[in-house]
Amino acid sequence: MNTRAIRRGAAAVSALAIGGLVLAGCSGSGGDAEPADPDAPLELTISTFNDFGYTDELLQEYTDEHPNVTIVHNKAATSNDARANFFQKLGNTGLADIEAVEVDWFTEMMQYADLLEPVPDDLEGRWLDWKEAAATDADGNLVAYGTDIGPQAVCYRSDLFAEAGLPSDREEVAGLFTTWDDLFAVGQEYVDTTGKPFLDSANTVLQGLMNQIEVTYEEADGTIVATENPDVREVYDTVVENAIPISAYAGQWSDDWYASMANGEFAAMLCPGWMHGVISGEAPDVAGWDIADVFPGGGGNWGGSYLVIPANGANVAAAQELADWLTSSDTQIKAFVNAGTFPSQPEAYDSTDLTGFVNPYFNDAPTGEIGIERAEAVTVSPVKGPKYFQFHDALQNAVTRVFDGIEDEETSWQTWVTEVSAF
Amino acid sequence: MTATAIRPPSADAPPDRPVRVLSFSQRLSRWDLRLSPYLYISPFFVLFAIVGLFPIVYTGVISFMDWDQVRRSGEFIGFGQYAWILSQPKFWTALGNTFSIFLLSSVPQLVLALFIAAMLDRHIRARTFWRMSALLPYVVAPVAVGLIFNALFADKSGAINGLLEAIGIGAIPWHVEPFWSHVAIATMVNYRWTGYNALILLAAMQAIPRDYYEAATVDGAGAFRQFWNITLPSLRPTLIFVVITSTIGGLQIFDEPRMFDQFGRGGSAQQWLTITLYLYDVGWGDWNFGRAAAMAWILFVIILAIGLVNLLITRSLVRDEGSRGGQLSRRERRARRRALKREEARR
Repeated sequence: MNTRAIRRGAAAVSALAIGGLVLAGCSGSGGDAEPADPDAPLELTISTFNDFGYTDELLQEYTDEHPNVTIVHNKAATSNDARANFFQKLGNTGLADIEAVEVDWFTEMMQYADLLEPVPDDLEGRWLDWKEAAATDADGNLVAYGTDIGPQAVCYRSDLFAEAGLPSDREEVAGLFTTWDDLFAVGQEYVDTTGKPFLDSANTVLQGLMNQIEVTYEEADGTIVATENPDVREVYDTVVENAIPISAYAGQWSDDWYASMANGEFAAMLCPGWMHGVISGEAPDVAGWDIADVFPGGGGNWGGSYLVIPANGANVAAAQELADWLTSSDTQIKAFVNAGTFPSQPEAYDSTDLTGFVNPYFNDAPTGEIGIERAEAVTVSPVKGPKYFQFHDALQNAVTRVFDGIEDEETSWQTWVTEVSAF
Repeated sequence: MTATAIRPPSADAPPDRPVRVLSFSQRLSRWDLRLSPYLYISPFFVLFAIVGLFPIVYTGVISFMDWDQVRRSGEFIGFGQYAWILSQPKFWTALGNTFSIFLLSSVPQLVLALFIAAMLDRHIRARTFWRMSALLPYVVAPVAVGLIFNALFADKSGAINGLLEAIGIGAIPWHVEPFWSHVAIATMVNYRWTGYNALILLAAMQAIPRDYYEAATVDGAGAFRQFWNITLPSLRPTLIFVVITSTIGGLQIFDEPRMFDQFGRGGSAQQWLTITLYLYDVGWGDWNFGRAAAMAWILFVIILAIGLVNLLITRSLVRDEGSRGGQLSRRERRARRRALKREEARR
């Protein structure tokens, strides 16, 4: 082979390499137009995170009814991964036909509600009022399909309660915690008798209290009131003065927190439905867990997700049909049985599949029935502005600083005020 | 592989034909000669332009804007983002933490790496085994290291505090006190990088001619004296490399502090917030890419400055004798090149 041929070959290879790079940069933007024929083969993509209870068997049921549809289900490991992916691609291309959105970053997403396909009018009114209200944009469009909710109850260790001389029966315990003051009083009594912490974390109390206030950090029109709002200050003071002395940790999910769940360091937790799985998974050998059908100060919701359909997707109409099916009451109950995600529709609460469900780990507690009671007790739908997460995170840090003894109550509050003034 | 441009003399060609006119194929081969080298090296530069240069320029542009990542639009606001960052107390805390962690990791790490390399350079049994073991921690993914050390450093349930209490020292609040959190994070960094640096230094040590040591032994120099006067000066270029890479790595530290607690946001009072952690939080937490981009540029300038200071310090600390003789000044090099050209032209 002569040198020129080699050279030409090399030039061709490098030209191909460059061309390939350019092509790689371009691919991904090609989306097919929606087929006119309703029976034409169609691939729908749906991306969720953690566990929505959408098993292959569940999705197969939909495919059996719609043989032309193939469903591709992508699961992100965590909600944070899903969030990064969602905001990078929203307004551009590359999102799935149906995207799952968590409540924590839902308000951020509502700023871009115009990029989403609204839910058809005839579906409005099938979810709980507050679930729907949170997904309605400024123009009155409902833009997201509610999946699950996180109605909170109190999980407690009946064995530790009995040791401390407290009632251990589910119904009696429910009577102990109707107000926050009661909870703190019982907790203090428990701490005094046993010398052990009563609750798992102080910041969970902050979360519970915050979710019972309508206006917290931002008003509905976007005015920031965080540092002047007396309600916020009151919640902070309550948590610092009453919750910190009876709590084992500042926040949840630390290595210590997980470790102590199994060895019975604390006696009670505020727990939404999805927490049941966490407890039974982390402390499989602890026998005493039970659930009381009560939440201090009324009801409270923590967590829950939505499905949204990006308006620039390739198969919007078919995606709407699938999202409708996934959030119907029947499917929601199946998802609840699969993964404990509690239905967000009143219609589902009439089903015996839900009302009859008992959780053997929690001493056969009727978690379906309790969840319905707790969901209906939720009366306040907090205004969560686009910066809710930042404000709340900074306030949690303030509580943590007091808990760790880094700063006192007033100093820590002032640090928070300085910190959030930069937002 | 030079293509010759000399035409074969042909008998029937008219003698008055101007030699300057070149055929197309000749011209092609001239272009070939000139342009091909650039084509050969182009893949790297094309790749660099796409994945290197473009993001750098893009970051620079965004850092002057109030940027909305979702709608891909922004408003030009000049140095506003830079001013915002420099006015944040969090930023200065993060800068202090970054330096603290960097010093707590780099200094012991390099000293230890030098020591390990010197040990591995000696005649010991199962040398390959020891050398491989030195590299083993480097193979473990940083996130895995974070998870493992996290369990060890947990305030209440951690093994390290358990040990400290058992020997009567008492538990250390790893996640509360800034200094102790830095020590814990630096431990993870050291665990991962000491062996790696040791092997680089070992490779450089192996390149030192053994005659030096023999001569030194004959002259009666001890092991320490040999290390100080032969090994260390010969390692100078490698040491500069190791110091600079660990500086860049140290100032960009991210994985370890992010894995240090369950939230990955640097602690309730920013005890272990580092610059990159803060940058990530501003960019992917608040979705404020303008501020994040400005911070990336500030970090770039800081690394550049520290890198230079490092270079100067390392140069002056570690002396070397005699290696500079081979270097020519720019003037001498130019003169030599001209002479070569003249030589070629004469041929």
